[in-house]
Amino acid sequence: MPDTTKLIENLVEKYGKKRESLLPILKGIIEEERYLSEDRMLEVAKALDISGAEVYGTASFYSFLDLKPRGKHIIRVCKTIVCDMKGKNEVLKTIKDCLGINVGETTSDGTFTLLQTNCIGQCDHAPAMLIDGEVYNELNAEKVRNIIKEYKLNRQN
Amino acid sequence: MASQVKRADIIFAPYSEYPYKILGEALKKSPDDIIDALIKSGLRGRGGAGFPTGLKWKFAKKAQGDEKYVVCNADEGEPGTFKDRDILVKVPRKMLSGMGICAHVTGATKGFIYLRAEYDYLKDALQKEIDFFHQHCEKYGLDFHVEIKSGAGAYVVGEETALLNSAEGKRGEPRNKPPFPVTEGFLNKPTVVNNVETFVNAMMVCRIGAEEFAKYGMRGQKGSKLFSIAGDTPKPGVYELELGLTVEELVNEFGDGNTKAVQVGGVSGFCVPSAKFKEKTIGFPGKDDVNYIPTGGSIMLFNHTRSMYHVLENYLEFFEEESCGQCTPCRVGTQQLLKGIKAIKKGKKDPAYLDTLYKLAETMKITSKCGLGQSVANSFCSIVDEFKEEIIY
Repeated sequence: MPDTTKLIENLVEKYGKKRESLLPILKGIIEEERYLSEDRMLEVAKALDISGAEVYGTASFYSFLDLKPRGKHIIRVCKTIVCDMKGKNEVLKTIKDCLGINVGETTSDGTFTLLQTNCIGQCDHAPAMLIDGEVYNELNAEKVRNIIKEYKLNRQN
Repeated sequence: MASQVKRADIIFAPYSEYPYKILGEALKKSPDDIIDALIKSGLRGRGGAGFPTGLKWKFAKKAQGDEKYVVCNADEGEPGTFKDRDILVKVPRKMLSGMGICAHVTGATKGFIYLRAEYDYLKDALQKEIDFFHQHCEKYGLDFHVEIKSGAGAYVVGEETALLNSAEGKRGEPRNKPPFPVTEGFLNKPTVVNNVETFVNAMMVCRIGAEEFAKYGMRGQKGSKLFSIAGDTPKPGVYELELGLTVEELVNEFGDGNTKAVQVGGVSGFCVPSAKFKEKTIGFPGKDDVNYIPTGGSIMLFNHTRSMYHVLENYLEFFEEESCGQCTPCRVGTQQLLKGIKAIKKGKKDPAYLDTLYKLAETMKITSKCGLGQSVANSFCSIVDEFKEEIIY
């Protein structure tokens, strides 16, 4: 993990000090640290010369900008109507069983966080989920178990 | 034989010419000629609201500003919609051509594609296409630069002024209108915001001509439209069909033989029960024409195994989470509707309470600030009207 002050410096350099840069910078921090801590938000506020409240107000608006510590891999299972009809509950149950966590929780080793999300535009291949932005669709229990297994085995680093 | 849907093949039809040929040709035409063609074609915005595209471009062209913007709304968040995803993957050059033509018409020099966070996985391939597009802009002498702006997970940002706020790095809350984006949009500069599909269609009007484009469509509707078909159907997917088809024709083609209701236009649209399949037409309504239902493309089919209470509860959970909270009717209304139907279902509230909720939904329609709060009543009232027993018992 890069030095965090350095991380924000790099992001500000990449996207600029304009107000429009706020979202890309926050997303850049999420990419590295998975969530936005109070300290990080204050650092960003200082770097962009806006108030901490502005940064927090913006960050808290968006569901993909987490404000709580998250695991290395964030699983977001779609819960909107079509995925719900096509077996979302089975997908959720399988993940809960595999990882021993409930929705909103993170595994004790900090590897996975399980969340639900609204429509991800995969209704023609429902049920579907995102893991760190990658799409997995046409899910069933077996497929979910294999995906989780693959993440545990191959994506440790 | 039952009447059938009419397929069209404009959007995904393969290019027979070299890349960006149509863009090059369009750049030689005068902006006014292109605007006239768009108006003549009858093209209306494909995101769902249906504003005439030619007029929007005309207003932006007329608007005074040292800098203008062209914005592609790829924040496809309406439940049941996924057609823009297919355009971004399969025919991004047609979309970028449309943006380039819009830049030529309006005099914009900058543009961006607002890509929803859920589609982050499309970003790298899209960026490569944008680089390729820029090479052609340079070749044709078009001073226009496009970038991708990524969303961060918020349905309401699909509303154009909320999108502009989000692109400016702010909370994605809708603005008051007027002023409209064509005069004060991104960074308060004149801005055209169009849906992904609209840009493709604008490009196709330039390619096949307004008359040819307007030949598509039935029952007075113009053009073809992409539909995202999902739910209880044996063949979910993206289909291009002529506008103006009835729900019955759609069900004949895509239903599973047991269709009970069709949700047209996503959760912000209307639920059509089987008794009304024949009379409801998909397209843009004229004045007071209740039998036309517009859609950004979302079509969800439900068969008789589905509980409409469960469907409505799922919708309301969606709205409650996605309401931006800025205005009270929507923030409190979505919460109370959800709480209310749960209480009725559990017997904690009298069935007559549903009438109170109905009035609340109608109040939200006239008092909410943006399309989100205003449209909750569409699905709420259309489901309650037809499936009252299912909601109560």
